[in-house]
Amino acid sequence: MTTTNLDPSSIPLPTRRRPRIGETGLRALTAATALLLVAIMALLVYETARQAWPSIQEFGLGFITSDQWNVVTAQFGALNFIIGTLLTSVVALVIAVPMAIAIGLFLSELAPRVLRTPVGLMVELLAAIPSVVLGLWGILVMGPFLAEHVEPWLSDHLGFIPLFSGYPSSQGVLPACVVLSIMVVPIVASISRELFLSVPSELKQGAMALGATRWEMVRSVMLPYVSGGLVASTMLGFGRAVGEAIAVTQVIGGANAISRSLFPPGDTMASRIAAQYAGTATSLQRSSLAYLAVLLLIISLITNIAAQLISGRLQRRLGGEA
Amino acid sequence: MSAQDDRNPLTVVSPRSRRRKLQGRLMELLASFAALVAIVVLLIVIFSVAKRGLPAVNANLFTQVAAPFGVEGGGIKNAIIGTLIMTAMATAMAVPIGVLLAIFDTEFASPQVSVAIRMTLNVLAGVPTIVIGIFIFGLVVVSNGQSAFAASIALAIIILPVIARATEEVLLLVPSTLREGSMALGATRARTVVSVILPSAFGGIVTATIVGVARAAGETAPILFTSSIFANAVVTDPSQPMASMPFAIFTNSESPSHHDQEVAWAAALLLMAFVLLGSITGRLLSLRTRRQIEQMR
Repeated sequence: MTTTNLDPSSIPLPTRRRPRIGETGLRALTAATALLLVAIMALLVYETARQAWPSIQEFGLGFITSDQWNVVTAQFGALNFIIGTLLTSVVALVIAVPMAIAIGLFLSELAPRVLRTPVGLMVELLAAIPSVVLGLWGILVMGPFLAEHVEPWLSDHLGFIPLFSGYPSSQGVLPACVVLSIMVVPIVASISRELFLSVPSELKQGAMALGATRWEMVRSVMLPYVSGGLVASTMLGFGRAVGEAIAVTQVIGGANAISRSLFPPGDTMASRIAAQYAGTATSLQRSSLAYLAVLLLIISLITNIAAQLISGRLQRRLGGEA
Repeated sequence: MSAQDDRNPLTVVSPRSRRRKLQGRLMELLASFAALVAIVVLLIVIFSVAKRGLPAVNANLFTQVAAPFGVEGGGIKNAIIGTLIMTAMATAMAVPIGVLLAIFDTEFASPQVSVAIRMTLNVLAGVPTIVIGIFIFGLVVVSNGQSAFAASIALAIIILPVIARATEEVLLLVPSTLREGSMALGATRARTVVSVILPSAFGGIVTATIVGVARAAGETAPILFTSSIFANAVVTDPSQPMASMPFAIFTNSESPSHHDQEVAWAAALLLMAFVLLGSITGRLLSLRTRRQIEQMR
């Protein structure tokens, strides 16, 4: 109790021992949790790969380019699910990212002060809705609504674009895109708000002093300043969209098919795992689903680490400027 | 990085300036509209769940287990109890580990180690929850069978980064003058953590716990393979698989039976109310903690 490790020479020797035990004990205990974290992460990768190993040995990288998913002939391939995953995630990002950046701008620049906290809270609550509840709403309310009102309009007016051609369907890729965009908006919005708030006021005031309107200041000063961070937040949103299993399984309809249209049912990697893993017919099917999980894991690791590297580099660069 | 504006600012009332102002107004309107859309979507979801769920909420829901297929009535008593037990177990595992991890990261670790830990936490937070489900299936379920305990481990891994990062954030807010003051009085680092830092960050740890509970209660994917084949009765033994609210919503949402869908809506309303209230409480508490700590400075 009476010692410090700041200046060892000034401390009487006899009292040094006891406090050090507590010090070492707490340090060791907390360090153990850090090791546990690393162990969990390593075990997670190892265990998922181990389950996928039979399928990896059987199909190799051809798994990625094959569109077969047939239990009877024991042929499994991920192509349709990879395309389904990319299609739903990219469409979701196209809807969500511009909206989310606009919301971030609203929360940091435009909104009256009294509105900022409540509106920000409500946008964050959108992320708190359990995905299974969003999926329930998607399958019973939003899907039928899209099939009745939105998809016929899209196919009448934009039917010349393959994405919007064909017959409306209440379960399909489009409802999955909408559900995913609802999940992505709060993530990107809250990060972009933080980014916009980090723009130095000298830069903003400088632009205004040069006669720029507020929008011109946003476009020419703020957006370029935070562009790297916006890319990183978009990648995090992409990771979220790629990995969502439950809500997508509920609304997408589950079909091993690629369609050029957004209306018919499809499947993503995550939704195929959620739909089939609990009731597999053969061990090779189970292993192939684990192979899909390995691919998901790789995508999430890459997007996440890349996003962190981008924002880390940005912070250093900005820190260096300051 | 200055404004790309080569126009003469003195010609204030030119048509071009009017156009620029108009353009600015338009873009600001669009941005405000985007925020409005997000709020409207939130309200639509809450309203549609409430509209369909409220009429289906009755005493049976809390006092009965699911009715056999085709029979009217029945409730989700076992699912409510299952979710409470599994969430509690997951929180009991994740909070101590998450808090200790945050302490190590902010108080003991060298800068390089600290960066690595934060990065690992972020990576773990980004792993799809369905993959965590497969991980625990292979690690626990293959050898020991499904159980509420297995599901709790999966949930604990999912909320561990949430709790650790939230705690870390508060620990970093504790002013360094408090640390230095404590050290200057001759306290060791450990004593400083226990007597100075943890008490001032206590509110933040409570917040982190609430946010973790709200997250764990709503997760479905990790339960899908770890606690999905259960007796249709109230189970309190953690070595047995249990029913849960998210799983009840998931299976009933895909049922063609109108009654099952009603149960799904009622369960969704309860779960959503619980999770949203938890999130709001957590958020407001964290604002309060932040203010309190800032006053210490």
